[in-house]
Amino acid sequence: MAQAPALPQGFELPLEPRLPRIGSVDAVALEERAASLAKRSIKKDAKLWALELAIRTTDLTTLEGADTPGKVAALASKAIRPDPSDPTVPSVAAVCVYPNLVPSAKERVAGTGIKIAAVATGFPSGQYPTPIKIADVRSAVELGADEIDMVIDRGAFLSGRYAKVYDEVVQTKEACGDAHLKVILETGELGTYDNVRRATLLAIAGGADFVKTSTGKINPAATLPVALCMLEAVRDVYEQTGRRIGFKAAGGIRQAKQAIQHLVLVHETLGPDWLTPDLYRLGASSLLNDILMQIRKQKTGVYQGPDYFTLD
Amino acid sequence: MTELQPIPDDWTYAPAPEGRDIVTLQPRYGLYVGGQWLEPSETYTTLAPRDEEPLAEIAQATEEDVDRAVTAARDAFANGWSSLPGSERAKYLFRIARILQERAREFAVLESLNGGKPIKESRDVDLPLAAAHFFYYAGWADKLEYAFPNRRPKPVGVAGQIIPWNFPLLMLAWKIAPALACGNTVVLKPAETTPLTALLFCDVLRQAELPPGVVNIITGDGRTGAALVDHAGVDKIAFTGSTDVGKLIQRRLAGTGKKLTLELGGKAANIVFDDCALDQAVEGIVNGIYFNQGHVCCAGSRLFAQESIYEPLVDKLKHRLTTLRVGDPLDKNTDVGAINSRMQLEKIEELVASGREEGAEIYQPPCRLPEKGYWFAPTVFTNVAQSYRIAQEEIFGPVLSVLTFRTPEEAVEKANNTPYGLSAGVWTEKGSRILWMAQRMRAGVVWANTFNRFDPTSPFGGYKESGFGREGGLHGLEPYLTFDE
Repeated sequence: MAQAPALPQGFELPLEPRLPRIGSVDAVALEERAASLAKRSIKKDAKLWALELAIRTTDLTTLEGADTPGKVAALASKAIRPDPSDPTVPSVAAVCVYPNLVPSAKERVAGTGIKIAAVATGFPSGQYPTPIKIADVRSAVELGADEIDMVIDRGAFLSGRYAKVYDEVVQTKEACGDAHLKVILETGELGTYDNVRRATLLAIAGGADFVKTSTGKINPAATLPVALCMLEAVRDVYEQTGRRIGFKAAGGIRQAKQAIQHLVLVHETLGPDWLTPDLYRLGASSLLNDILMQIRKQKTGVYQGPDYFTLD
Repeated sequence: MTELQPIPDDWTYAPAPEGRDIVTLQPRYGLYVGGQWLEPSETYTTLAPRDEEPLAEIAQATEEDVDRAVTAARDAFANGWSSLPGSERAKYLFRIARILQERAREFAVLESLNGGKPIKESRDVDLPLAAAHFFYYAGWADKLEYAFPNRRPKPVGVAGQIIPWNFPLLMLAWKIAPALACGNTVVLKPAETTPLTALLFCDVLRQAELPPGVVNIITGDGRTGAALVDHAGVDKIAFTGSTDVGKLIQRRLAGTGKKLTLELGGKAANIVFDDCALDQAVEGIVNGIYFNQGHVCCAGSRLFAQESIYEPLVDKLKHRLTTLRVGDPLDKNTDVGAINSRMQLEKIEELVASGREEGAEIYQPPCRLPEKGYWFAPTVFTNVAQSYRIAQEEIFGPVLSVLTFRTPEEAVEKANNTPYGLSAGVWTEKGSRILWMAQRMRAGVVWANTFNRFDPTSPFGGYKESGFGREGGLHGLEPYLTFDE
């Protein structure tokens, strides 16, 4: 099992693979840049393209205590065919559920190529002993999850125990086996963009395939500046090591317009290569219907009421 | 239900042009003198730099026209404006500010059309700032006694104001707002290539019911400017423009007793230390030099990179340049617009050629420039020596020269080693270093971890050949006042 090498406090990052200097983030300028990108005017064909991509990259999510096999099956059906009246609308990338509901989701999407993502490692708080978190991951994988969305231990991170955070990512990655690992930073609890950047690099160093903003349980979640901050860290890793790390924005994205702003951010920070479900995901539940509504509007020129889109 | 549109293959942003219907241009403009439009004896054509489309015929004011304008201003000064209570003058300024906000979109479209700057800049920077200047100086109009206690401030008289083409309406606001707040009357000449927003501004003055003659706007080339500078009825000249013309004006005014403020060229240093927030510094560098196509007197045209981060910084900068969207100024997604005039384009081309010849390494991102109109790709020169012309002369275009330094002392020495001194930028996460640097920079404005940020409350102006006098803030009142000492 990989271990963080013993280094003085504050230097726990491993030397290999080489990572960018952690550096710092200027909050004012970061927010300004995010705000200026949010003003891009995406119209006509470009808008349709973005909306279609937003669906293809969606992790359709339900993470409630009240989730049942029936609820999850309905959601999975929606994931396969989001708009029954328009067969050209693609399926989403994945369905994201709690581990117990993985089999129900798995059964419904069988043969469609849609992935099943399970949250694990004591989601959403991560405040459990490491062995329990790892057992959580192993059982989710055994239940059939293709992707694991883990949470970092914010308690450890905020108290400066970066090695513990790193070590848990490493162990989770190992427990994942072939499953893809998304590491949730819960940026709303990290307090500063400097911390967001540090946590992003830490997660990547630990073996994350994706870095993800939030659980969706805490506000603020996937704000544009936070997304930009993480995308810039991903860009630094790519430029310096050639590793392509995926990015998932999740939490608080409810309108098609916000989704397009997030896609613009990726497009103009990492370039078109990242605009694929392999490297980009949008965590969403209520967002999907707004996107469907906008697609219908874009294609027909008129808006249709919410009753014409299914609630699942 | 209409036919389904196919999904396009890749994400090319569709054109998103701001509609120009909101602007109604007249085929021909006269001179705005004493609240009336005077028929010109001679005209020239003003163009849209994006495609050289002729927009309107503009008056070339003669010496007689200048005389009429100054006389109108003198009359308005004597017949009420100078003795109007400050609170009354403020009302007019507040009114102008509000009308500018109401008509912001119209002004923004016209500014981009006539000047070539991206609509997002005229919409988000020029117009809000122009209105803010009027609001700000409106607030001072009845408080001059408090601004200068026991000095009995009085208006100067008639101010002759000559403004440049890079921020046509904003420079007009910088000039007119403090002049009127202090009780002066004005004859203003906009730049030859960008007169249209100043002429549209006359309609704002009409709406605001400003008394006739308080503001007179005359158009024309350098001859008109010279006639205004030489006119005996003018008490104060305020000029923003090139250092060469500024020197000429100063020479002509010597011994006349006229007050003078000059805001001239610059060759600002943007100094990046290795402990800066790197991605944000790159944004600041881009904003510093490519904002308004580099047509900014305080543009950060010399980048000083600490050698320890030179490579990642330049790599990031070059990558960022590939994402800049150069094109139609009226498109809402355009980042870099058109060069203002053929003359300016030729000047940029000449200096860039000299940079190549002197041995600097040029980088321009791949971008397709429109065939018609005046265009220049964003450019970075590396391997630049302090002695090269591109490191010494003001280019006033989207061209950045990258130099390096090793220690803070060296950065200060190199940054100050220029005849100019308008602005400077410092990028570091270390607060104490920001203060240390700011004390040593011979520049009127020092920005820390930002660049090209303007605010009406903050004085702006230069050291050395960048001019003298301050505009903005409390300091900006002083050039428009005389005092009983």
